[in-house]
Amino acid sequence: MRELHDDSAVPAIAAHYRLQFEPAQNAHVLLFPEGMIKLNGSGAEILTRCDGRATQGEIIETLRQRFAADVGADVRAFLGMATEKGWVRWLGPP
Amino acid sequence: MTDVPSTLVQTQAQTPTPPLWLLAELTYTCPLHCVFCSNPVDFAQHDRELATDEWLRVLREARALGAVQLGFSGGEPLTRADLEVLVAEAHRLGYYSNLITSGVGLTAERIDRLKGAGLDHIQLSFQDSTRELNDFLSHTRTFDLKRRTADLIRAAGFPMVLNCVIHRLNIDHVERIIELAVEIGAEYLELANAQYYGWALTNRDHLIPTRDQVRRAEAVVAQARQRFGERLRILLVVPDYFETRPKRCMNGWGSVFLTIAPDGTALPCQSARVLPGLDFPNVRETTVADIWYRSTAFNRYRGTAWMKEPCASCPEKQQDLGGCRCQAYLLAGDPDAADPVCDKSPDHGLVTAAVNAPGPDVRPLVFRSPAESRRLRAESAGPDLT
Repeated sequence: MRELHDDSAVPAIAAHYRLQFEPAQNAHVLLFPEGMIKLNGSGAEILTRCDGRATQGEIIETLRQRFAADVGADVRAFLGMATEKGWVRWLGPP
Repeated sequence: MTDVPSTLVQTQAQTPTPPLWLLAELTYTCPLHCVFCSNPVDFAQHDRELATDEWLRVLREARALGAVQLGFSGGEPLTRADLEVLVAEAHRLGYYSNLITSGVGLTAERIDRLKGAGLDHIQLSFQDSTRELNDFLSHTRTFDLKRRTADLIRAAGFPMVLNCVIHRLNIDHVERIIELAVEIGAEYLELANAQYYGWALTNRDHLIPTRDQVRRAEAVVAQARQRFGERLRILLVVPDYFETRPKRCMNGWGSVFLTIAPDGTALPCQSARVLPGLDFPNVRETTVADIWYRSTAFNRYRGTAWMKEPCASCPEKQQDLGGCRCQAYLLAGDPDAADPVCDKSPDHGLVTAAVNAPGPDVRPLVFRSPAESRRLRAESAGPDLT
């Protein structure tokens, strides 16, 4: 059962991971020891906002306005998966 | 046009994907003498190393094509005094850079300089969990040094990636090797079974584990993954000799990986230099873009049009792309053949024989050194492979 995080918690890219845009792949990639994940558009929209300052709730609100859709469940599920994979760490209450 | 020959259609090469992963083998010089070294056995012939400005140009050109993961390897890359200069340029260009090292020469001062230059991580190799076997296999007294180096790497804030090459002489120590990784505080542990190229092929009869050993090691690793979970990510690479289908070697020839050897020779993998009849381009003579997209050697085994039977008509050819060209040549004597790991290969018996009945240990282990490299080359009765 995947753990979902509280909207007041603050996600950040995990230590030793780096997120950057790669023109050759026309995509954001997440770089880490021995590996690289090519992100799809939604994954990049979420992870680029995990700056260690915005809460999960604020990220959901930003994306809700941007896409005019209720993205809350998708964002929480994606960040839960990203946490399991070790891409994301949390500041504040889990 | 309805009657285009299928061979023509197959050779309509699609534009190759960019080289995302660059392995910069800075030098073949190494203080260790590991019996399973992946460097070519004839490395002593290729000692004219690229200069700093030539490496800087390679880094820039490969980055412009899209390379983003960068490994500094060797030999021992720390023997290059310009490593910090190369790391700094790699960082400026936006690479995610990795130093693949034995740890010999990695002082606290040098780690600080590399960190300051923007190095992203360090992969430290061990040969075993015991001082005796570590030092025997590498023919050096390096075990205690490696323990101290691991502490320095952690203290500098680098992620800790340990690599231990696994084979018959240490595979029964896998549990202890995992405990060592936990003690050191490693986040990743690569238990990479020796791949039988280079020096490991020379020493294969000593190194290939038994099936029982492989099964036990897999069970130990499965338990450890349960026990340590996220704390320690363990990668176990089983030797492909135990499989019945070949590996998708390097994810396909010239598809992702670009290796630049110390003398500037560009290779689709570290071992490809052994292949006959391929004139591998050199970065001293041409650009990385020309090498990757337009050289005969990098286009030679792209796609599937080059295949012969049993690969050509095989329904799985897109999955494994015929396996490893080096292994086909080294075992079957034909770089265009199916990888003999495949049980559809007429030469599969060579692989099962090596697994089921490793030869009697008549020839002593050969430790990697320039002198042995020259001796083996002189002894070689086969074709000139340089």
